[in-house]
Amino acid sequence: MANLRWKLLTIVTVLVVFSAVGVYPIVAARYGVTSPRWLTDKLLKLGLDLKGGVHLVLRVQTDDALRIESEAEMERLRQQLATAGINITGISLVDPTSFKVEGIRPDQDPAFRTAANEVSTNFERDSGVNGTYTFAMKPNVQLTLREEAVVQARQTIERRVNELGVAEPSIAQQGSNNDEILVQLPGVTDVNRAKEIIRSTGLLELKIVEQGPSVSKEALLVNSKAPDGMEIVPGAGGAPGDATGGTVYYLVRKAAAVTGRDLRSARPSLDENNRPAVSFTLNTEGAARFGKVTGENIGRDLAIILDGRVQSAPRIDGRITTDGRISGSFTQEEVANLSLILRSGSLPATLSYLEERTIGPSLGADSIRAGILASVVGLVLIMLFMLVYYQLSGVNAVVALILNLIILLGLMAYAGAVMTLPGIAGFVLTMGIGVDSNVLIFERIKEELDHQRGVRASINAGFSRVFLTLLDTHVAALISAAFLFNFGTGPIRGFALTLSIGLVSNLFTATFVSKTLFELVLSRQRQVQTLSI
Amino acid sequence: MHIFKNTNYDFLRWRWYAVALSWVVIIAGIVVIATKGIPRSIEFAGGTSIITHFDQPVSIEKVRSALDRTFKESVIQTFGSASQNQVLIRVLQSAAESGDSLSQTKEAVAAALQQANLGKFDIVGTEIVSPTVGRELASKGTWATVLSLAGILLYIAFRYQMSFAVGAVVATIHDLLVTLAFLAFFRYDLSLNVIAAILTVSGYSTNDTIVIFDRVRENLRGMRRDGLNHVINVSINQTLGRTVLTAGLTLLSAISLFVFGGEVLRGFAFTMIVGIITGTYSSVFVAAAIVTFWRGQGPTKAAAHAPASPTLPPVAQQPTRKSKPQRKARAS
Repeated sequence: MANLRWKLLTIVTVLVVFSAVGVYPIVAARYGVTSPRWLTDKLLKLGLDLKGGVHLVLRVQTDDALRIESEAEMERLRQQLATAGINITGISLVDPTSFKVEGIRPDQDPAFRTAANEVSTNFERDSGVNGTYTFAMKPNVQLTLREEAVVQARQTIERRVNELGVAEPSIAQQGSNNDEILVQLPGVTDVNRAKEIIRSTGLLELKIVEQGPSVSKEALLVNSKAPDGMEIVPGAGGAPGDATGGTVYYLVRKAAAVTGRDLRSARPSLDENNRPAVSFTLNTEGAARFGKVTGENIGRDLAIILDGRVQSAPRIDGRITTDGRISGSFTQEEVANLSLILRSGSLPATLSYLEERTIGPSLGADSIRAGILASVVGLVLIMLFMLVYYQLSGVNAVVALILNLIILLGLMAYAGAVMTLPGIAGFVLTMGIGVDSNVLIFERIKEELDHQRGVRASINAGFSRVFLTLLDTHVAALISAAFLFNFGTGPIRGFALTLSIGLVSNLFTATFVSKTLFELVLSRQRQVQTLSI
Repeated sequence: MHIFKNTNYDFLRWRWYAVALSWVVIIAGIVVIATKGIPRSIEFAGGTSIITHFDQPVSIEKVRSALDRTFKESVIQTFGSASQNQVLIRVLQSAAESGDSLSQTKEAVAAALQQANLGKFDIVGTEIVSPTVGRELASKGTWATVLSLAGILLYIAFRYQMSFAVGAVVATIHDLLVTLAFLAFFRYDLSLNVIAAILTVSGYSTNDTIVIFDRVRENLRGMRRDGLNHVINVSINQTLGRTVLTAGLTLLSAISLFVFGGEVLRGFAFTMIVGIITGTYSSVFVAAAIVTFWRGQGPTKAAAHAPASPTLPPVAQQPTRKSKPQRKARAS
């Protein structure tokens, strides 16, 4: 008897705890009951497919990050060779991870090697014919750079999404190479703005203009290429704000005076013609450098380059230190977006979109309604059947089933799981698969009763014989659920998780709870002749 | 109430008809898939799917004619109940859906609808997936299925014996093929949800088989003089009530999902319904047939020691059975 009391106590405790965690917050939220925070904090969250919002998957083009590193390395070597007085006929990028140097005279070969040793630690050097050397980035360096690029991109996106003010966004890395970023923005309806802001590289560079603007690219070339240490950057032509002007080109210094990294802040403002512009403030280090460069180049033009395009190229009238302004043909909204992007920093690599899903709030509400209807109908049908077929023992199964669902809800809420539409399907199926355990046990009890055993003996035999069967079936089901979880993203994971939790809690309710209920009924009778089953 | 009480059907006698029937369905499925292909959802095929809501009722034909000129391969159907005025428009990979052009098709569809003057509309849901994602997903889905089957094979081989494991896994593969065949017959899209349903079906089907095998193992020890076929028949009959009841109850929940669960879950629910039926059928007719194949027939005496699991207590038919269960119960 004492044993039974403990079992009942366990069940009641489980019931109370899981109801409080899983069921109460939902009911409270539904009927607007105010309750303590620690209780409602665990409210089961709705997935994007039920709540509505934007779901984006981007791939980080990590090759970009490698190319930037290779280019920088190549540039360092070029300068090193120039100072050491070593002549070469060419130095160029082969692919994002390697570059080659051509035309080293045999007598300068040892000097070249010494010079090269000083710069390239991240690259493997390989000599070819006719004084050619190839520099290939070491595989471990590549790996680190790729990983860093994705992490940086994710962090930048996080900052931007936070600036957007989205409640409970979810940003995560995924994909087989871990180079995809999943962005979920619940409640956001303006997809295009979100997409634009997330994907903008946001790379700001201020560079001194050497020549231009010119309508033709060729006019700026010397020997059909840009002079050493300089590059050609396109920009919008005509007067500022004149979009019909076509493209013009500027020859600028490759080394930037300051970049977006030197920014302390950026905010929307107006330019001298009262058109939308972005004002920025530099940090101390950036300001010192900017002051030096502008001081040395008074009277020349300064190109303000955003993502590889000249926005404007104002004349430097005097030494500028901390403050600057980007003007161009911007709209009010573009200016707001641009300041947000500049504040959150630039992306280390370009991103491409792989997936875009938007779920309108009405669509999500429809799904919730349908899901709840299906759950209720399924539940009622199953309960009716159990009651009709197993009579009083059916009550036992129904109680176990309800407890199973309460535990399922409670565990999901506790684990911070997200309820998705497939999750609801998992919920409905858990009921069907869950009563299977009861059916299995009850059918076994019937069989034992047919062998002319007493009621108590039959119940005990039914439970103990079937327990291992149940363990086997549940483990097998958990194995497929585990692979499903591993395979799926978002909603499917929700389904696999619901199913797994349902399976585990079912093992508890169908054996322990159901058996205790039988014991409870039997304990009230001295002699039990028949069992309503 | 007690259905299938003391039945004595000779299930193994019908196994050849059952195997033939299964092959007919599977081959028909293969033929349909080979000739018409299996329709794949946006997630797998890549492309654009848009759900639009119109302020006024609009006919599918009008929407179709509005889009026909620009989009050759589009699927247009009502979404949800007719009174909601929602139309699902699906365009398969008309442009490369990636990078900058990801949402090009969406905008083109919206523009075409605007031009056709179908009244005010808004886009309530979109799904745009670049084809590369689909390829990755398809291979991941296949791997998940194969690995979960391998996992189940190992588990059953460990808990029972190899012949049972092979029987269960072949039965499960059978169910997957039959389910795919029915998806192809009824032209349901192969989507992520459907894959989830297929994996669930594989778990469910193994469940069903394990319950029967468990009884076979139990009976093998009590019925040493009988042939394996007889033992299997007895076991299937003993568990028949449970098998049918469980299938019925799970079917109830799957049907309620199919009817009330809404458009998005329909393919999922359909897959579950087919899977539950074929899973039950295969547990009864296919799995056992494979075991007899694998082990050969004849008296089980020689094979009886093979079920090496010491985990189950001796069974019903043993002489000591009067006292056994009670002791066991106290122990639990």
